[in-house]
Amino acid sequence: MAINEETVKQVAKLAKLEIEEESIHAFTKEIDQIVDMVEQLEELDTEGVEGTYHGLPQKNVWREDKVQKGTDREELFKNVKTRKDGYIEVPAMFDNGGSEA
Amino acid sequence: MNFLDYTLEELHEKLVNKELTAVELMESVYENIEKTDEKVGAFLTLSKDEALAAAKEADENGIDPDNVLSGLPVGIKDNISTKGVRTTAASKMLEDFVPVYDATVVQKLKQAGMISVGKLNMDEFAMGGSTENSALKITRNPWDLSKVPGGSSGGSAAAVAAGQVPVSLGSDTGGSIRQPASFTGLVGMKPTYGRVSRYGLIAFGSSLDQIGPFTRTVKDNALVLNAISGTDDRDGTSYRGETPDFTEGIDKGVKGLRIGVPKEYFNEDAKETAIVESVRKALDLYEEMGAEIVEVSLPHSKYGIPAYYIIASSEASSNLQRFDGIRYGYRSEDIGSLEDIYVKSRSEGFGLEVKRRIMLGTFSLSSGFYDAHFKKAAQARTLIRQDFEKAFEDVDVLVAPTTTSTAFEIGGKIEDPLAMYMADVLTVPVNLAGVPSLSIPCGFSEDLPIGMQIIGKHFDEQTIYRAAYAYEKATDHLDKKPSFKGGE
Amino acid sequence: MNLEPVIGLEVHVELKTDSKMFSPSPAHFGAEPNTNTNVIDWGHPGVLPVVNKRAIEFGMKAALTLNCSIANDTKFDRKNYFYPDNPKAYQISQFDKPIGYDGWIEIDVKGEKKRIRIERVHLEEDAGKNTHGDNGSSYVDLNRQGTPLIEIVSEADMRSPEEAQAYLDTVKQLIQFTGVSDVKMQEGSMRCDANISLRPVGQEEFGTKTELKNLNSFNNVRKGLEHEIKRQEKILNAGGEIQQETRRFDETTGETILMRVKEGSSDYRYFPEPDIPNLEISNDWIDDVRASLPEMPKERMERYVKDYNLPEYDAGVLTATVEMSDFFQETVDNGADPKQASNWLMGEVSAYLNSEHLELHETKLTPKALAEMINLIADGTISSKIAKKVFKELITKGSDDVKALVEDKGWVQLSDPAKLLPIISDILDQNEQSIEDYKNGKDRALGFLVGNVMKQTRGKANPGVVNKLLKEEMDKR
Repeated sequence: MAINEETVKQVAKLAKLEIEEESIHAFTKEIDQIVDMVEQLEELDTEGVEGTYHGLPQKNVWREDKVQKGTDREELFKNVKTRKDGYIEVPAMFDNGGSEA
Repeated sequence: MNFLDYTLEELHEKLVNKELTAVELMESVYENIEKTDEKVGAFLTLSKDEALAAAKEADENGIDPDNVLSGLPVGIKDNISTKGVRTTAASKMLEDFVPVYDATVVQKLKQAGMISVGKLNMDEFAMGGSTENSALKITRNPWDLSKVPGGSSGGSAAAVAAGQVPVSLGSDTGGSIRQPASFTGLVGMKPTYGRVSRYGLIAFGSSLDQIGPFTRTVKDNALVLNAISGTDDRDGTSYRGETPDFTEGIDKGVKGLRIGVPKEYFNEDAKETAIVESVRKALDLYEEMGAEIVEVSLPHSKYGIPAYYIIASSEASSNLQRFDGIRYGYRSEDIGSLEDIYVKSRSEGFGLEVKRRIMLGTFSLSSGFYDAHFKKAAQARTLIRQDFEKAFEDVDVLVAPTTTSTAFEIGGKIEDPLAMYMADVLTVPVNLAGVPSLSIPCGFSEDLPIGMQIIGKHFDEQTIYRAAYAYEKATDHLDKKPSFKGGE
Repeated sequence: MNLEPVIGLEVHVELKTDSKMFSPSPAHFGAEPNTNTNVIDWGHPGVLPVVNKRAIEFGMKAALTLNCSIANDTKFDRKNYFYPDNPKAYQISQFDKPIGYDGWIEIDVKGEKKRIRIERVHLEEDAGKNTHGDNGSSYVDLNRQGTPLIEIVSEADMRSPEEAQAYLDTVKQLIQFTGVSDVKMQEGSMRCDANISLRPVGQEEFGTKTELKNLNSFNNVRKGLEHEIKRQEKILNAGGEIQQETRRFDETTGETILMRVKEGSSDYRYFPEPDIPNLEISNDWIDDVRASLPEMPKERMERYVKDYNLPEYDAGVLTATVEMSDFFQETVDNGADPKQASNWLMGEVSAYLNSEHLELHETKLTPKALAEMINLIADGTISSKIAKKVFKELITKGSDDVKALVEDKGWVQLSDPAKLLPIISDILDQNEQSIEDYKNGKDRALGFLVGNVMKQTRGKANPGVVNKLLKEEMDKR
């Protein structure tokens, strides 16, 4: 068993999901089976094989540095639940330094 | 108007000859949907007013005789962005989401004169193979209403199979066009990765996703692919090479064509006999028509499922993080903190299968597991791609069954996610390799359609269409129409 | 215990492109919130990033300036984390194949030169901005979202806050010369985080480090480091252990405050960005970009010393900023004597900029006008005293034609003997006693007479010429 309930909880935390206590056991079992299945790959010898991370081995695709006007703000805000003075309003956050850039 | 009786070219002729106006055509579309969709459940959103207005405009401007798609109706899978028309990905997360832009394919269809009828049901965020994972609706197979239409593009398949629209767009990440096409007796194309722009397709597995058409006939399919293909400046992964006319040489026949038969795809399991037999029969027919049949091997096929589920789920786990309840989409009512917005909105907004995949993907990318999961899968993917490249050194196309079963009972498999995953065994290697593949009807088993896939070299959809067209002309599978039997 | 600080800096620099890194919306913020954004910046469902080619070139320029090697084979990756200013919940960045690597710069602390190694320079997109309200809400503006950034990561080669500051100064200077960024910390186009640990002098191994954030000015970098050194020293000297954690510098108290303890859960799950094809940067391209780099401060400085005979110190001051250096060069190119140009720029011009808190481009002074003025002094058209007036005029109001200006204002020096002689004769006639005194060797008498001539001409007479003419005339009497 590669996956236990603790792992499931940790992964759920990373993914910002909540697995309800009453279903965690069943869910863990399911995920464990799936992980078992994908771990069939272990038997495959991939020594020295480059990974493929793109659908197409195309390179150097870019655009020139040309500006296009932004999308109309009112359009963008149509789907926003809470706003104030042109800002998106969210509950205050703990300053966990999430802004990494 | 029942589209089961006409090809796109025949419809076009009727419009050009004014036997029928675009408005009449469009009105009949909605009449028919009203009649049949109660049973089939293909559509999530109808855009009747917009469609009738567009049809009126098409009539006023006159149908362009050189533009075969002009004035014809099309249905769009609900993970493709349509400006001003609700686009849900069949998720509670986006139940009320109205996009502010059109996907490139939608723009292209509009430019070609096609008119969108509405948005089609699917498995939530395209995750699934039966459309049962839709959070919004059940879609049924027009051939037998107790059966699934396949998935994830089940609505797209069911709508064309039911004759509601002559064409629909779907998306295929691991078989989501070909498998439902196979379950509903349609022609469904998963083009080469990069052939069709993904801009506006709600991403599932970004390195695997492709949009493609469902049609009844091979030539119809090629005509629609013509309209939606091409380089898109807004999609860096769209192909920077030439786009050919896919109908060119479609009727050249298969004489001298080398058809590869991947032995790993012909599991002689008792349950599959009818499917394997049908495909074998098709191969015999090809041989009669002058093609050369060659057995080939795709030795890493068995690693397709694990590699696919790791890669697709990992990409999805990242792609679906933007659904956070802040800028759009579902937001939980029960909000005390920022963390609540994230966790509660996502936990309430996503369905079970989506959560499973997010969990698998997050796990596969997490530190400590990345090398054994994600990196290993990417390496397996290279080997799978090389299998295809090697096979194509010797043959022009590959022919194989699309699925391991015909359409199954609604509720039959949904409780067993692993069994659902394993069912994709014949379709996922194609996505991992990026090659094009078309599913085409090749017979029936207990009145349910069987599909055969024709897999081509990268960017060689032309040869696929040529092979498929020859087969279609030589067989009469099209004569059989869905019965709408069964159901409650 | 004798402890030594070990400091490494991560510097973010915003690239001055017109459009964003991966979307065509305008890359300048400061506009109304959420107006320079589009569906891509908002991470709407279905959108895709497409790389801005100029951002890549700017990144290469910066990396080359920092003596980095450029990767022929590079790519983008996703860094996954949830935050309201990060709409996709992943930032497109570069993980294991940064565009630039293995660089170095030379810093100078009180005349002592030291090489600081640069581990990597990578490209990424900036996040939006959160403003914290006082009512339990935060406000998100995505105008900045997607602005191209480079992150410059140094090796932990610095051993004091002074070295860290010198490093930042030099990075700023070099980047500024390339023109790819404004590099202004106060405006946020240059940002700095620091990693700092202490270790006993002589010990090879690094101690446990803390990360300092919110160092939003050069001063704060120094102050933050100084405080952190003291804090760590205190803990270590008391036999305690340093926690690996992130701390924020608080400007008001001058202290660093705990933000979060590093735990296993900050797992960014980096993986290659499937939406962006890999980049293959040819050596030809690298050579082209290298050739397009402007002359850098060090070369300029050497040239000023060699070609213009300027003292090394002066050459250093003139090349501190690209603006000053370019201005100096243009002034010289407009025909001014380099030494005079240097004197004016380092003297009057700098004094004016300091007192008015302005930058050169914010004044009306042009290199052409400065050169003209310097030449008018040289050829005696204006006196150096009048020149101060002219300068004031040029820097506050500007002029296209300095000669016409001084003529207009009546600032031209009177040097023509034919015009000066009648005045001189008059004054000598009225001051016989002074002639007497002069002849008796009283130098003050000459001064008195010059003064009178100056008074008579309202300061316009050329004192040199007046001196000479007075002597000649008195000798005749």
